[in-house]
Amino acid sequence: MYLYTVATLVGIYCILTLGLNTITGIAGQISLGHAAFLGIGAYTAAILTVTYGWDFWPALVAACLTAGVAGALVGAAAIRVREDFLAITTMGINFVVVGVFLYFPFFGGSFGIGGIPSPRWFGGPLAKPGFLVLTLAGLVLALGVNLWLLRSWAGLALMATREDEDSARAAGVDVRRFKILAFSSGTALAGLAGSLYAHYLTFISAGDFGFPFSITILCMLVLGGIGTNRGAILGAVVLGVLPELFRPLADYRMLTYGAILLALMRWAPHGLVGDESWLWRILRRRAAA
Amino acid sequence: MTATLVQQLINGLTVGSLYALMALGLTMVYGVLRVLHIAHAAVFTLGGYGGLAVYQATGSFWLALAGAMLAAVVAGLAMERWVYWPLLGKPPIATLIASIGLFIGLEELYRIVAGPEPYAFAVPLQLPEIRRGPLLVTPPQLLVMALTAGLLIALWLMLTRTALGLALRAASQDQEMAAACGMRVRGVVMANFAIGSALAGAAGMLVGIYYNSVSPTMGDVAGYKGLAIIVLGGLGSIPGTVLGALVIGLVETLVIGFVEFPLPRDAWAFLAMIAVFLARPQGLLGVK
Repeated sequence: MYLYTVATLVGIYCILTLGLNTITGIAGQISLGHAAFLGIGAYTAAILTVTYGWDFWPALVAACLTAGVAGALVGAAAIRVREDFLAITTMGINFVVVGVFLYFPFFGGSFGIGGIPSPRWFGGPLAKPGFLVLTLAGLVLALGVNLWLLRSWAGLALMATREDEDSARAAGVDVRRFKILAFSSGTALAGLAGSLYAHYLTFISAGDFGFPFSITILCMLVLGGIGTNRGAILGAVVLGVLPELFRPLADYRMLTYGAILLALMRWAPHGLVGDESWLWRILRRRAAA
Repeated sequence: MTATLVQQLINGLTVGSLYALMALGLTMVYGVLRVLHIAHAAVFTLGGYGGLAVYQATGSFWLALAGAMLAAVVAGLAMERWVYWPLLGKPPIATLIASIGLFIGLEELYRIVAGPEPYAFAVPLQLPEIRRGPLLVTPPQLLVMALTAGLLIALWLMLTRTALGLALRAASQDQEMAAACGMRVRGVVMANFAIGSALAGAAGMLVGIYYNSVSPTMGDVAGYKGLAIIVLGGLGSIPGTVLGALVIGLVETLVIGFVEFPLPRDAWAFLAMIAVFLARPQGLLGVK
């Protein structure tokens, strides 16, 4: 049972890092508020199923849509605000979203929302192995979205925006549209993760979706190798599993994350398996030989 | 009503002064390096702990203040030497992420070393309590406002009357030009870190005394709000930062004092900041 829980949570982290990779890795728009969209998805799913008695599936779709629309709004803000400023804006959005969850009774206030039902499948509740399969399906979907983005014309436009926004615009890329596209698809994935998170844990509260968790997601992505799907998944698996293997690490989690971020930026900005990372270059050379 | 209003104004000015001391370092570092120094909040917290430690050892307020500022300067210069300077020229995202890593790591380190519980920081102040009718300025408020005013005047004189001040202003306007005129830019950058950190250290200690509490996470709110303030005031603009700090301090105190609002006080600073971003990205006093 414990293994299923760890695996399911790691799967959810993977969906989150893949979503953040769309925004920060592919489109180059830094977001320090990814957990806020996880929260928006989780709260949407929880309120629709608990308060309004919706079924799991329509609530899941609604969670993706709500998070995606919220993300599109942030993307629209990202048209005016760049780089450092976008980072603080998204950080601020994270605080505001958590504040809203915490202060409005509609969102359960400081008590959060409990009693979120498990999804039902052919008339019976989905057990833990079934939920893991569901999470993996979500992961495959997230990976599919990113692979499609990377291979499509839209992906080229996003990467051009990342490398040099002004040149991209001069080359005829409608930077505004693609920023909104990147944000809304990345945050819709966070909404998907949020729905799974809420239904798996059956209890959510505002504190779960704060700025530290946004940093954790960013740390996973940076560790694996920002801009690559394999890096997003590897980072989520490593940082999701390590604290379970080494308990002391769980106690000093933020210290470890801080040290990892600092050390990576200083000495290995491409992470473990990013395109220009040391390990990946060796692997590629091996594959070529 | 008016008496409460004036009282709230005094409270707001006190809080705004503390914000100004904290945010000045952020704006100065941004001015020369164009990076957001998130870890500045950790320097601020160090000022709180450093001041408290020296105060407990010596019992002298002034020695404690000197200790807080000194510890902050050492920490700020170390960050410049081992984090910011080597990362110069990397994309802004890299520096930003490193800075965040530094901040959350240090905050956790404070928690491990000093424990998660807040310490009391009670200093018996040899200051009068000012009473005018219903109006009251408590000794800690008087201390905060007087000390902030003193430090700001010193900073202003330094910036406008000394060669170092001239160098600081030149480097923040155009670093290459300043270097071409024979300035040692590295030295100027270090001076910026030292001065900004000293102010943050003093702010940390004053916040500790004002709220009678020093805790590992005291930098959180101060740090994030500092970012909102420097954005509001126009990044890199020193008068803008002081103005932004006072505005935020006053607005949030008045809003909390008179209006029933459904959001935490800290969320308002961010909403204000996001609104300013979208309407006037260069800030209140910034130039495009």
